[in-house]
Amino acid sequence: MNPILAWHAAGLAGRIASGPLSGIADIAGQSFLRYAFLAGAAIAAASGLVGYFMVLRSQVFTGDALSHVAFTGALAALAVGADLLIGLYATCVLVALAMAALGTRGHADDTVIGSVLSWLLGLGALFLTIYTTSSTGANGTSGVNVLFGTIFGLSATQAITDSAVTLGVCVAMVVIARPLLFASLDEAVASARRVPVRALGFVYLGLVGVTAAAATQAVGALLLLGLLAAPAGAAQRLTSRPFRALWLSAGLAIFSMWSGLLIAYANPRIPPSFGILSVATGIYLIAILFGGASRRSALAGGPART
Amino acid sequence: MIHITFSWNLVADVRQMLMFRFMVNALRAGTIVAVLAGALGWFMVLRRQAFAGHTLAIVSFPGAAGAILIGASATVGYFAAAVAAALVIAAVPRSLGGRARSGESALIGTVQAFALAAGALFVSLYGGFLNGLTSLLFGSFLGISSSQVVALLVMAVLALAGLAAIGRPLFFASVDPDVAEARGIPVRLLSSLFLVLLGLAAAEVSQITGVLLVFALLVMPAATAQQITVRPALSLALTVLLGLATVWLGLGVAFYSIYPVGFFITTFGFAGYVLAASWQAANGRWRRASGRDATVAVAA
Repeated sequence: MNPILAWHAAGLAGRIASGPLSGIADIAGQSFLRYAFLAGAAIAAASGLVGYFMVLRSQVFTGDALSHVAFTGALAALAVGADLLIGLYATCVLVALAMAALGTRGHADDTVIGSVLSWLLGLGALFLTIYTTSSTGANGTSGVNVLFGTIFGLSATQAITDSAVTLGVCVAMVVIARPLLFASLDEAVASARRVPVRALGFVYLGLVGVTAAAATQAVGALLLLGLLAAPAGAAQRLTSRPFRALWLSAGLAIFSMWSGLLIAYANPRIPPSFGILSVATGIYLIAILFGGASRRSALAGGPART
Repeated sequence: MIHITFSWNLVADVRQMLMFRFMVNALRAGTIVAVLAGALGWFMVLRRQAFAGHTLAIVSFPGAAGAILIGASATVGYFAAAVAAALVIAAVPRSLGGRARSGESALIGTVQAFALAAGALFVSLYGGFLNGLTSLLFGSFLGISSSQVVALLVMAVLALAGLAAIGRPLFFASVDPDVAEARGIPVRLLSSLFLVLLGLAAAEVSQITGVLLVFALLVMPAATAQQITVRPALSLALTVLLGLATVWLGLGVAFYSIYPVGFFITTFGFAGYVLAASWQAANGRWRRASGRDATVAVAA
């Protein structure tokens, strides 16, 4: 499916929708919007859960690196003519596991991450050139789509695959949440209590890789970091109770995703990624301004604000 | 059109390359950029602020895209965005224990993602700017004018002078912030000043290498040099030399190839880093230039 056609279709749909009620009917009626909202929710939930631990474990830079890897993986798949999805998932998961292996205790040094990250971006530039110069009819658009996402261009297969995969990530996160939380907060005590700290680090980064690959198609390689970091950062500001923050992070991510999609739907000139990330950033900003001082009482302030 | 072919006569190759005006300007600009990025990157790696550096490098993209959108000069956009982001990141309190640190990384990540989203918006609003977008992201050493080289030089001299002015206390504050604070050094102010300088450098470099590849020049030479030696002055000098070598080699190879210069620069930089790291590992001294070693080396 040509994402650009879908993009124009999205614009047209936005213009047809005049009132809020017909807008909702439109969303339910248009298949690409239905896919965007359903897959978007699943992706956002997984990003929120994964992101909470990423912020807790101070591994946001690793997530940053993985989001760039997603770009290189997708373009490599395009350049050699392989399936985009396979390229994305394989690269993200492999690099995530390599990063877990490079660092001690499943944490990589930020200089190592930085060097690997910039080299992979250089490789991405190479694949972009190979792809745009070798295949006929290709232009820079595919590269741009990978970078900035085409959630309104998801096909039925993509939407179903992404939803299934990210729901799987959600389930896995819920299963490992308790030991992972223990291992993240107090590693020494956790390993003394025979919690498999190192294995958890690997599993966790693997899940980050899968989430990055899935989210790349929705919000783009360059922007998925915001979906990982902003809701989690806001949730951590709003409550100091870990499990409440974990659910809050997922809820804020879904809220940002849907509001962002609605904004982009209402105004077709605004890319959905921008809508999603402005809402997420806005929530984070509010959490910084009001959440820091009185943690307990501020809890109600975040998600209720619509 | 002159046919360009690579021969194994390197002197003739270089002479052929220098016949082209754009290549001379590219080498000049590359040299300026390598020195600037090396010096600031060295402090960035020492202070473990790679993530902040990466974000500062990336925010130039919405800056430039926004400036082009409203019809202003892209150069102004690069600098304004980078300095603004540096101030936002510096505004978050540091050194308040683990919790503040993890909060800081969430903030940096959010700044970065939002900046990129804004860039995507500007590009979408501008429309029909896709070719420019690729060179904005991945850079183009071609088509640098002589006046641009002069502008780069002026900004680089200013930024390096600023770094030289705060260099010694900044080094102290980076290596041992607690002792520096006790000795009355304004650690917080220095940290903010450094971030602003890093932002300026990133904005300057990204005009040449493209937004996505600035970070390579900031992190790789410094990381390589700090693997090789723990002596501060030596590793700083080595950083600049490695940066120069990487840029010159990358430009030279890209001149004879159809592939982008960014790929060659990052690949040479990464190869240097991997070599240095494996040499270090083989020597059984897998220890980074940690602060304490560096202080001892200064005292000696």
